[in-house]
Amino acid sequence: MMADVLTVMWKEWRELLRQRESMRGGIMRILLFVGVFGVFLPLQMGREWVESPQLLMMWAWVPLFLVTTVVADSFAGERERHTLETLLASRLSDRSILFGKMGAALSYGFGLTSIGIVLGLVTVNLVHGKGELLLYSPTIAVSIIGLMFLGAGLAAGAGVLVSLRASSVRQAQQTMSIAIMLLLFVPIYGVQALPENWKMPIAKLFMNANATQLMFIAMAVLAVIDIGLLVAAMARFKRARLILD
Amino acid sequence: MPDFVIRTENLTCDFAAVRAVDRLSLEIPAGIVFGFLGPNGAGKTTTIRLLLGLLHPQSGRAEVLGFDTVTQADAIRRQTGALLEHSGLYERLCAEDNLEFYGRVWRLPKSERQARIKELLTNLNLWERRQESAANWSRGMKQKLAVARVLLHRPRLIFLDEPTAGLDPIAAAALRNDLAALVAREGVTVFLTTHNLAEAEKLCGQVGVIQQGKLIALGHPDTLRAKSGSTRAEIIGRGFTESILLTLRTRPEVATAELTNGRLVLQLNEKTDTAPLITLLVSSGAQIEEVRKGDASLEEAFLKLVEEEE
Repeated sequence: MMADVLTVMWKEWRELLRQRESMRGGIMRILLFVGVFGVFLPLQMGREWVESPQLLMMWAWVPLFLVTTVVADSFAGERERHTLETLLASRLSDRSILFGKMGAALSYGFGLTSIGIVLGLVTVNLVHGKGELLLYSPTIAVSIIGLMFLGAGLAAGAGVLVSLRASSVRQAQQTMSIAIMLLLFVPIYGVQALPENWKMPIAKLFMNANATQLMFIAMAVLAVIDIGLLVAAMARFKRARLILD
Repeated sequence: MPDFVIRTENLTCDFAAVRAVDRLSLEIPAGIVFGFLGPNGAGKTTTIRLLLGLLHPQSGRAEVLGFDTVTQADAIRRQTGALLEHSGLYERLCAEDNLEFYGRVWRLPKSERQARIKELLTNLNLWERRQESAANWSRGMKQKLAVARVLLHRPRLIFLDEPTAGLDPIAAAALRNDLAALVAREGVTVFLTTHNLAEAEKLCGQVGVIQQGKLIALGHPDTLRAKSGSTRAEIIGRGFTESILLTLRTRPEVATAELTNGRLVLQLNEKTDTAPLITLLVSSGAQIEEVRKGDASLEEAFLKLVEEEE
């Protein structure tokens, strides 16, 4: 099955790079992203690029956003461009198609962000290192990798599920945008809406908690959600249903 | 090796209250081009989807290449190729990448894949344009590329769902010729749905006619033409007035009488002698230059069958 998954990923990547223009244009877009996150921002932030704990938040969100930009197209795009039925009539198994699509989106978000991180470290060390090797602490490094992967997995799982149901790419993109907005703003406004006598104990709980423990709890929660979304997508992927939708 | 590449028994498929395929029983031998004819919405595409195991029937069963369409659909899809309602090409990719992808899907080794892509694109006169995006191609070229994709892995059976639909007559004829040559060279069995009855007549060794999900006729095109029991007479000349047409239509042996491009076309109910009709025409003042007589075309036989069923 792995060979088939890689075949689908190969096709998805080829299409991704030629999404709006030539292959060169697609590569330029990727280089632009890597340039911003791997060179420009590290140059601006200096040593904080490695030392600030707030970076964790950014690295958790970046792959999620990146995946969101491509995953809506996975099935809705095939349906819209009338290529889905031909794909379903091929020898590829349900899981090869599904995992190939998710894998392509995941590798795009996680892969590009990873390149950005590595390049960012090189940039910070070259410009701001002053003979000292600047690296993330092991806990931060593990947290970044874990959050990046799980964040990308969350967007890939949710995105494929949305794309399987959507009748057009635009509909899938709109649904994903709303989901991202909810994910961003519900916690912020939710906390503000809490009764005053609840806010203080919650704030204390977070301030007194071990940051590492909190990070691993967050990752565990994300992992459970990711697995749930994967199972839901597998259950939703039915050839007959996809053809008749 | 089964005797028949496709065998269905009372295959039935419903969509809500609509019966798309109604107790379809078919046996299609290997090595032929089978034409599946029917008006829009007759159940042709649904039948292909059922045979590929993409849809499951409500009742009845079907076997393709000896595999059950419900329990062994993966095995069927491994050994067949399909050009469905749409060409299914990835228009962001170039022609070669489209074939490269499906070559990988069918796990052709790299060297074989490359040789096969070159062979097919060369045969279809597309090799020089292999690096172009299919998005900029004409519909005829896209259909050719889709045919190449279908044949890429040398399937034993291919399904072609109206492959020449939407093409201009020249492109359709070119694709038909390419298709016939490729099919003969590759030795595959073809399940072809089409609206184009002239196409079916040229390509098919056997045809089935489906109407509202029911198979209403099955056999060689010549047999179907003969079964329709009608004869066609085309009369070239001058002076075919409206009153002559009205007189002809009252004759019991004449089913229809129409003027088409200045020619008088008569559909005769039985294999009747046309001499009395010619005498009638001449006595009514028409001038006869030439009379051509033959069996009804497949189109006429098809229309008659569909009308009778309705």
